[in-house]
Amino acid sequence: MQKIIRTYRKYRQLYLFLLLPVVYVAVFNYAPMVGLQIGFKKFTITNTIWNSPWVGMYQFQKFLSSYQFRRVFVNTLLLSAYAVAAAFPFPIIFALTLNSISKDRFRKITQTITYIPHFISIVVLVSIVNQILHPLNGIYGMLGRLLSGKVPDDLLANPSVFPHVYVWSGVWQNFGYNSIIYFAALSGVSPELHEAAQVDGASRFRRVIHIDFPTILPTVTIMLILRMGSVMSLGFQKIYLMQNTLNLSASEVISTYVYKMGLGSGASNDYSYSTAVDMFNSIVNLIMITSANYISRTVGETSLW
Amino acid sequence: MLVRRRKNKVRNSLDDRIYYVFCYAFCILLTLLVLYPLIYVVSCSFSSGTAVSNGQVVLWPVDATLEGYRRVVNYPGIWRAYLNTLFYTVGGTLLHVALVMTCAYPLARKGLPGKVPVTLYFSFTMLFGGGLIPGYLLIRNLGMLNTIWAMLIPGAFSAYNMVVARTFISTTCSGEMLDATQVDGCSDAMFFFRFVLPLSKAVIAVIAMQVAIGIWNSYFNAFLYLSKDELYPLQILLRKILLLSQIQASDLMDDEMAEMMQGMADLMKYSLIVFATLPILCVYPFAQKYFVKGVMIGSIKG
Repeated sequence: MQKIIRTYRKYRQLYLFLLLPVVYVAVFNYAPMVGLQIGFKKFTITNTIWNSPWVGMYQFQKFLSSYQFRRVFVNTLLLSAYAVAAAFPFPIIFALTLNSISKDRFRKITQTITYIPHFISIVVLVSIVNQILHPLNGIYGMLGRLLSGKVPDDLLANPSVFPHVYVWSGVWQNFGYNSIIYFAALSGVSPELHEAAQVDGASRFRRVIHIDFPTILPTVTIMLILRMGSVMSLGFQKIYLMQNTLNLSASEVISTYVYKMGLGSGASNDYSYSTAVDMFNSIVNLIMITSANYISRTVGETSLW
Repeated sequence: MLVRRRKNKVRNSLDDRIYYVFCYAFCILLTLLVLYPLIYVVSCSFSSGTAVSNGQVVLWPVDATLEGYRRVVNYPGIWRAYLNTLFYTVGGTLLHVALVMTCAYPLARKGLPGKVPVTLYFSFTMLFGGGLIPGYLLIRNLGMLNTIWAMLIPGAFSAYNMVVARTFISTTCSGEMLDATQVDGCSDAMFFFRFVLPLSKAVIAVIAMQVAIGIWNSYFNAFLYLSKDELYPLQILLRKILLLSQIQASDLMDDEMAEMMQGMADLMKYSLIVFATLPILCVYPFAQKYFVKGVMIGSIKG
């Protein structure tokens, strides 16, 4: 006991430093986790979280058997799989090719320009997309009239085009910024390896394949695992802004559904139901990241934990 | 002499030359693809309304005017939204940095009893969270809805940034330094303010930049927690004007007038986009190296 008091005395100031962050995290991170219990209850706005009656897995069953489930689940899965497939390789290829070029000025300028879109806000990005794809006065409309002589169809009202617009605008915005980490990894490639390979007559392209790429492979694996973990957590913000009544059949995903059921429908907000849907989503995510980590640990040597 | 030198230079093989041509072509193409929409938006913002609505702008402004910007700066509520965003950004960033640094410093110290469980306590929040509804209910129960606190307090801490700062502090502020200052009677708090903070300028800059740009660009918290016009940040106003206002120009008056109104509305959107993004683009050249550094520091912790 005396020992505890003595260590406390010794580190008193340090513990004082920790006090505020610990309280903050307890309130803003852990309290909502306790609040997750409403997913298993029937919570109404007139009641408190603790007083609401338990209903077990009712809310989850309601979601799984609702007519929306299939559509929302499939949309989420398809959109994120497409987003990973399109957005993941791009920064790697970009980093490898730009890294092959030895002109520093060219590299600097290319990097500076390609990082810019990352800093544009989502609201602005979506409105740029809307303006450019405007069938009357955007670039798209201009090209359409030039090629076919008449006003083209409105792409944003077409559900089957929605995934492409969503995914490729994301690639446009982030491929430059996401390549930074690979540039960092590439700067660790030892020049001796390159010299040795050059003496043996390896072309630049072969050296990229056999030296550069294996060096950044651990980084690539880690990034892929992290990406797998967020497969189901499609950003709410961008999709919500891109939605309109015409493309809803392709653009309604779990996160937007959660918002609409829980907060966006006025008096008929169903807090319990949408909490359960949200939780379902997080659990799928957790399973994804753990299995991706497991696979990469058994197949290769790299893993998060 | 010179001639002989040139002769001795290793010449690229044909394979290599083809490969280099491909590299340059690929990188230049990507750069242009990024650049063109940006230039297009800026050019449109300086063009006349009719040029914009007729789709005459291709690369450079057509009938260059500042009409769009005149409309934007006179738009009701725009300056208040601008000031609100500025306030949320500065306040939110200061809070975030203060909380993250005070948390990172004790956890960077060697031999602090209880360090491991406390670190786990923070790290767990990176893996799992309460989600949208419980978070909203919390803010509501705390009475923060429709107050500036809803914009400042949630998001004032990030376990990820804390880990980054902790790693940085534990490598820059060595144990010997601490011992030396302790011999001279320096307390832990004094050490923090006199040594740790000044030595951590780099990581503070990295975190502050990222947080500030994040707050400037975010609309989500305001969208959830605010419903009063006078508290709205810029992004909410932007969303209203840029994405929600589908002005039915054809309902207005005769065709010519309608066309002009539609042109004005489109022009204003472009000007507004530039107007709202300008501060970030001004900071960007100076901030770029901090972002690159941030990614590196973040990746080292592994």
